[in-house]
Amino acid sequence: MAELFVYGIIYGGIISLGAIGLTLSYGIVRLANFAHGDLMATGAYVALFMVTAVLSWIGIPDYTLGPFSFGWRMVIAFPVAMAAVAFVAILFDQILYRKLRMKDSGPVIMAMSSLGAAFILRMILLILWGADSLFYRPGFMRQAIDFPLQITIMPDEILILAVVFVLIFLLHLFLEKTKMGKAMRATSDNQQLALISGINTEHIIMWTWGIAGALAGAGGILYGIDVQLNPYMGWDLLLPLFAATILGTIGNIYGALVGGLIIGVVQQMSTAFITPTYKPAVAFIIMIIILLFRPKGIFGGKN
Amino acid sequence: MIILKAGNITAGYGEIDILHGVHIEVESGKIVAIIGPNGAGKSTFLKTAFGILKPREGTIMLKDEDITELQPDKVARKGMSYVPQVQNVFPTLTIQENLEMGAFIRDDDYSKRLEEIYELFPVLKGRKKHKAGHLSGGQRQMVAMGRALMVDPTVLLLDEPSAGMAPIIVADIFEKITEINETGVSMIIVEQNARDALKMAHHGYVLAMGKNVLDGAGDALLANEEVGRLYLGG
Repeated sequence: MAELFVYGIIYGGIISLGAIGLTLSYGIVRLANFAHGDLMATGAYVALFMVTAVLSWIGIPDYTLGPFSFGWRMVIAFPVAMAAVAFVAILFDQILYRKLRMKDSGPVIMAMSSLGAAFILRMILLILWGADSLFYRPGFMRQAIDFPLQITIMPDEILILAVVFVLIFLLHLFLEKTKMGKAMRATSDNQQLALISGINTEHIIMWTWGIAGALAGAGGILYGIDVQLNPYMGWDLLLPLFAATILGTIGNIYGALVGGLIIGVVQQMSTAFITPTYKPAVAFIIMIIILLFRPKGIFGGKN
Repeated sequence: MIILKAGNITAGYGEIDILHGVHIEVESGKIVAIIGPNGAGKSTFLKTAFGILKPREGTIMLKDEDITELQPDKVARKGMSYVPQVQNVFPTLTIQENLEMGAFIRDDDYSKRLEEIYELFPVLKGRKKHKAGHLSGGQRQMVAMGRALMVDPTVLLLDEPSAGMAPIIVADIFEKITEINETGVSMIIVEQNARDALKMAHHGYVLAMGKNVLDGAGDALLANEEVGRLYLGG
């Protein structure tokens, strides 16, 4: 059980990276982004493309990095893929959501258009890489480290958790300490008042997509390292993402972190009692329970 | 000198016009009060003046510049500030952060201005780290006004600053408004509390059904029998 708890925290951390982006785009862009899971998948595949193709053409050797299952190429691929997903997210906003926003389209039309974006991304991944599951380093045997309480963890997983918390801490510093970060929180609070205060909210929306996209890309790569890559991974992640976002109160960044960790832990621990096949259903059940009994999530006010 | 001139403004929401050719002028350094019954278009006028609503007809001139087509964030950069009646603070931001957002467009060191705002509203000074959403109505109004003042505006638009406040707080807020005006800020105030607003104002406009009905010096309107009977409650 202790081991499942630890696995839950690791998986939950990855969910949190996605959920934070989802909650940001909901709070600031007012969009329930159904393409967010596929942005994560895009990040994972861009990193794969970097590791297996681009960096290999350039001639960068892929020496194994310490005890980890990936090599130096991943160190370069990681930030490049984050930037690439940030770019994709901004691109979709500029060619799609921005147009709808200018027409004052309602939340349903916005959400449906993001569903369309999700299919576009997923089909591109399918066309380019096929439907089979892939690994960053096929056939690599990962050695595990034994901890007390019969917990066995891969070095990868410790690093994944560290990366998750470093990224969230950096986001925290950005939001609390910088002018642009404060303006993002202000825009999330009250878009019209932000505009009145001279804040160019379209500019803030671009920043939001950049950050949400970069975090999604990072989450996708970490998931790919921890599990595997599959064009449908984004779709599988979407439900836990929404459950975490709603659980942590939509629009609340720290809530998304907590929500992600809870969803991750509950999903993993459920496998002690039920077949792992039903794991995704657990997120769905949690989501329904929250919506029924506490629709504003754990950090929302009453009523 | 006329600092703000809105001429022949026709505006509204969707297909429905609320304002029908409204004309309002503000002289530099003066307080202008807009009074009138509910639905007269007073708040709609402020929204239009600030670029939140685009007028179907008419022009808004700030000094010599036509600002009719500017978006609100650009209007703010021209030296105008606006305090909406409701939702006029960032609730999850602290008082200090609310004021910082007021200074978003300033690239210079505004620490002196921040000090001045805290001196104007001493009650906020000890609560810099409090979230604005947790404040009382009166304190929230002070944060909202403080935010708007951070840019040293030439014209300040206030939408019903006394709405929903206890009488003792209303008196306090009106006193602050006079104090702010004495530092040279021109203002337009929209008020339900018409009598007090006209007492404070240099010039008043009476709007009804989206049209100008009357205008004149504040005390002249107060003395006007028809205004008294129709708009000041006898």
